[in-house]
Amino acid sequence: MKNRILAVFVVIFSFILQTTVCRYIAFGNVGPNLLIISTASFGFMMGQKAGITVGFFTGLLVDIFSGGILGFHALLYMYIGYFNGFFKRLFFKDDLMLQILLVGCSDFVYSITYYLLMFLLRGKFHIGYYLMNIIIPEVVYTILLTIVLFSVMTFINRMAEKRANRSSEEIV
Amino acid sequence: MKRKRAKFTLQSKYLLLILTGLCIVLMAVTFTTDLFTGMVARISGYVTIPFQTGISEIGGYLSDRSKDLAQIRDLQRQNQELREQIDRLTIENNTLTQEKYELNNLRSLYQLDQEYSEYEKVGARVIGMDGGNWFNTFIIDKGTDDGIALDMNVMSGSGLVGIVTETGANWAKVTAIIDDTINVPGMVLATGDRLIVSGDLELMSENTIRFSKLIDSEGKVKEGDKVVTSNISTKYLPGLLIGYITSMDADSNNLTHSGSITPAVDFEHMDEVLVILDLKQQIDENE
Repeated sequence: MKNRILAVFVVIFSFILQTTVCRYIAFGNVGPNLLIISTASFGFMMGQKAGITVGFFTGLLVDIFSGGILGFHALLYMYIGYFNGFFKRLFFKDDLMLQILLVGCSDFVYSITYYLLMFLLRGKFHIGYYLMNIIIPEVVYTILLTIVLFSVMTFINRMAEKRANRSSEEIV
Repeated sequence: MKRKRAKFTLQSKYLLLILTGLCIVLMAVTFTTDLFTGMVARISGYVTIPFQTGISEIGGYLSDRSKDLAQIRDLQRQNQELREQIDRLTIENNTLTQEKYELNNLRSLYQLDQEYSEYEKVGARVIGMDGGNWFNTFIIDKGTDDGIALDMNVMSGSGLVGIVTETGANWAKVTAIIDDTINVPGMVLATGDRLIVSGDLELMSENTIRFSKLIDSEGKVKEGDKVVTSNISTKYLPGLLIGYITSMDADSNNLTHSGSITPAVDFEHMDEVLVILDLKQQIDENE
């Protein structure tokens, strides 16, 4: 139950930060993607179901606000959460490398998919430009933010898991 | 991964399957109907807009204080006033040039009773951006309660910023003219030649927008010319300043020109915008 409240809080909080603060800290029009960080983190920290749910609701919020096709971002973020869930077994709290790798890959895959569906299909073929000017900077920025955020995130998760242990949840 | 507990639990792949189905249904519904538009707008108006307003206000407050520290507040105020004056004068200048052009073309004979510059405007604060780095839309803190409706033009200072593409009770979404999906019919103020202005993500970082399909048979259009919205546009009011031509080349067909325009608005530092409450006159198809 506490985990759910935490998840709801993280989803709403990261979405609000993403839409307000990120434009202040953007470098050359490119800001980090907080939503990928939260979705991927829930995936590899708490498993596939958590990843799916968090991704779904994060994406739904994005859909509501971007005013495009409802369900498009939800689908994307949901699969990111799901695939990150596979790495729960490999996840150690002190292993920052895996977290960086997963968040980086998630953001990269998300950006590429987004480019393919929203730009390539409209006849914008300069993939090199988009790669160098938007996708790679976003991935790098997101990874940097992951490193900063993760000390905080690990702490929160540790608290949450302690509580979960007490209420006799199983640990894999 | 098997659950040992007797309590009902759904396996993650089934959950994924169900939610995937749900997403596809949602997408199909949004593609075919506009069932969700009103509902979604209402939900987001209550859930996140208050937070976004608050955080934007805190951000604005903090940046104001940091300016205090640098002791340039006074200078900034003066600068602001002068800028406003420039904006006013630019608008005035625009109007005058435009009117001169009209006179030259004997438009007055037709007794157009449209007043080009006397639009009713309302100010609004920018409180949020579209989440990603791909499109250029932002959210303002005024909505249908303040009289804002779809397709209203948005200005900042003396230039056109964009168009309202979605509205809620206390918020509205504005798509900027530099957005990759936006095309604006424009014309060169000096000669009246029409062109199409289209936002482009590739040019966004250089702070320019692309124009194309300029027919300039007499070769009179030159760099630095003002580009305003055209009177044949269906959604944009005529005579709003878009920007200045910075470069132009002849297309391979030797009939049209294309190039880039520097917008009159600084899209990176936009905190307050003006929404024009007048809508472009539409032809009612039912009549």
